[in-house]
Amino acid sequence: MSSGSLRRITKELTELNENPPSGVTACPISDSDLYKWNVTLTAPKGSLYYGGVFHLNLTLPSEYPFKPPTLNFTTKIYHPNVSNDDKGSMCLGILRAENWKPSCKILAVLEMARGLLLEPNVDDAVETNIADQYKNDRAGFEKTVKQWIKNHAKEK
Amino acid sequence: MSDDDFMSDEDFNDESLEETDSEFEDETYDDDRYLKYDKPQRKSYEVEFRVYSDSQIQKAQAEQIEEVSNILGLPSEQCAVLMRHFKWQKERLIEQYLNSQEEVLGAAGLDTNAARTLKIEKVKGFMCDICCNDENGLETFALRCDHRYCVECYTVYLEQKIKEEGESGRIQCPCEGCSTLVDSKAIKLLAPKSVSDRYQVLLNRTYVDDKDNLRWCPAPNCEYAVDCAIGPKQLTTIVPTVVCSCGHHFCFGCGLNDHQPCPCALVKKWIKKCEDDSETANWISANTKECPKCLATIEKNGGCNHMTCRKCKHEFCWVCMGPWSEHGTSWYNCNRFEEKAGVDARDHQAKSRASLERYLHYYNRYANHEQSAKLDKDLYLKTEKKMTLLQSQSGMSWIEVQYLDSASKVLQQCRQTLKWTYAFAFYLERNNLTHIFEDNQKDLEMAVETLSELFERPVEQLASLKVEMMDKTAYVNNRRIILLDDTAKGLLEDKWNFTVDLN
Ligand SMILES: [Zn+2]
Ligand SMILES: [Zn+2]
Ligand SMILES: [Zn+2]
Ligand SMILES: [Zn+2]
Ligand SMILES: [Zn+2]
Ligand SMILES: [Zn+2]
Repeated sequence: MSSGSLRRITKELTELNENPPSGVTACPISDSDLYKWNVTLTAPKGSLYYGGVFHLNLTLPSEYPFKPPTLNFTTKIYHPNVSNDDKGSMCLGILRAENWKPSCKILAVLEMARGLLLEPNVDDAVETNIADQYKNDRAGFEKTVKQWIKNHAKEK
Repeated sequence: MSDDDFMSDEDFNDESLEETDSEFEDETYDDDRYLKYDKPQRKSYEVEFRVYSDSQIQKAQAEQIEEVSNILGLPSEQCAVLMRHFKWQKERLIEQYLNSQEEVLGAAGLDTNAARTLKIEKVKGFMCDICCNDENGLETFALRCDHRYCVECYTVYLEQKIKEEGESGRIQCPCEGCSTLVDSKAIKLLAPKSVSDRYQVLLNRTYVDDKDNLRWCPAPNCEYAVDCAIGPKQLTTIVPTVVCSCGHHFCFGCGLNDHQPCPCALVKKWIKKCEDDSETANWISANTKECPKCLATIEKNGGCNHMTCRKCKHEFCWVCMGPWSEHGTSWYNCNRFEEKAGVDARDHQAKSRASLERYLHYYNRYANHEQSAKLDKDLYLKTEKKMTLLQSQSGMSWIEVQYLDSASKVLQQCRQTLKWTYAFAFYLERNNLTHIFEDNQKDLEMAVETLSELFERPVEQLASLKVEMMDKTAYVNNRRIILLDDTAKGLLEDKWNFTVDLN
């Protein structure tokens, strides 16, 4: 990793601390490694995911910002854009290498993730079954979402 | 062959790849010199084509870009972007550009503010948005959109796009949401030579990919492209086999290995059918490896279908398992599927069984030629080794044993053709011309089996078989030409009826 990369991450971190986005907390796991972040998302009111607290890992590649970060849900979530496995990975929009531009920022990634809690992107789903259910059986979809939030995403 | 033809032949061999005057646009170009066999006229199954090297393709692009640049009065880097955007349709580009300049430039990812020349600059009070460097005297660069970044970041960005992601003509400004394209001038200015060289190679590829009349040779590591005017609409009437300078024979229509006489559409359907039905087919081929008389297990070690059981000496045909004695004569009928007369059309089960049998008849012959081609080749390679030995023993020179090499090549080619005649026949509807096709197929098949059989003779005999083998090779080749010519004419004149739609 280059000095430019570190300088850039440090600057983004400062900006995030000065102007924290709503419903998001994000900071590196430790001061010695700025490439691994803990992220917590809470859904806005009106979202199906409202009431849940979701933890994620944000990993910056050593080539950052020339390559996109990766984002993984560590809290289980029933969502068309999050892989339904132990990785909880997301792969859409600017998170894809071909769509990422070096001028994109971590903030944009976090805002995109939170935006997906308000409205899933069914056209770019990893879990096509969940996307189909979202489109055709909204009630069933909502039921599972709520159930999963109750089981996995409630902060005591 | 006239002197003229001879000269052009020489030209081709000696310098075609360094040729300076490109003939990309020359429609009337006569390609007789590409024929493998010295025939005065193009056969009905042959198509005109040319093979181009990497550097020739680059040159052709440069010339067209230069021409447009002169007409539009734009710098050539920008014309290159425009031409790519318009998929090299020069006339369309010029017409639309003259109509609405700004729209065309914008749509192609070029800014309308073309006056400013791109250069590396130092800008007072600048901070790079990518690396956050704000040192004094930092070298910076921006495309016409004015999104400015430091040169170091730009270089890393380009290197990653080109070397890692294989991008070329569609690389955008590093700014989020900006679709201004990076042109070749910017690449030259910013990227190290290895990267800009790679960029050129990749751009070259997009040129071939963008043009309907060009196709890369699909052989691994081959860098030639073939130019052929046969379009997708013609593929129902012609099977455009082309031969690359690397020796690979392939279909210009679909890129697969040469599949004459079978049209691309039938090839596609056939391959799909074989994949779907492979289980049945495997079962059948796995169950036909015993001598039909004594049931001893028979192992096939050459391409020849004339089998002799080691145990009981029974001679039979590997494909139909019938006695060979019925095959060597004029009533050889291994290729034709005899529609069973007794099948009751109302009996659905009998019908579907008959249709499976029919498919397997053709599939077995198809698969067998494929397999035989491999075995023939293996046998040839073994033989070649032995021939080297023989050479030193008998005093024959390398040139003198080349007849084996050409016999092997012709065998490979004919088996390839035969293989596809069975897919062709499978979809062929019976009419009064079918028997001509089947006769041609049978003649070629018999000739191939005879030649293949000679290959299996002990090496010591091969030297004395030289004349016979050369004769047979020529004969086999001739049978192939007759079959291909006849089927191609039928396609062109729409004389074949197929059970499926070719479109
Ligand atoms: Zn920079
Ligand atoms: Zn820009
Ligand atoms: Zn080739
Ligand atoms: Zn084809
Ligand atoms: Zn036997
Ligand atoms: Zn037979």
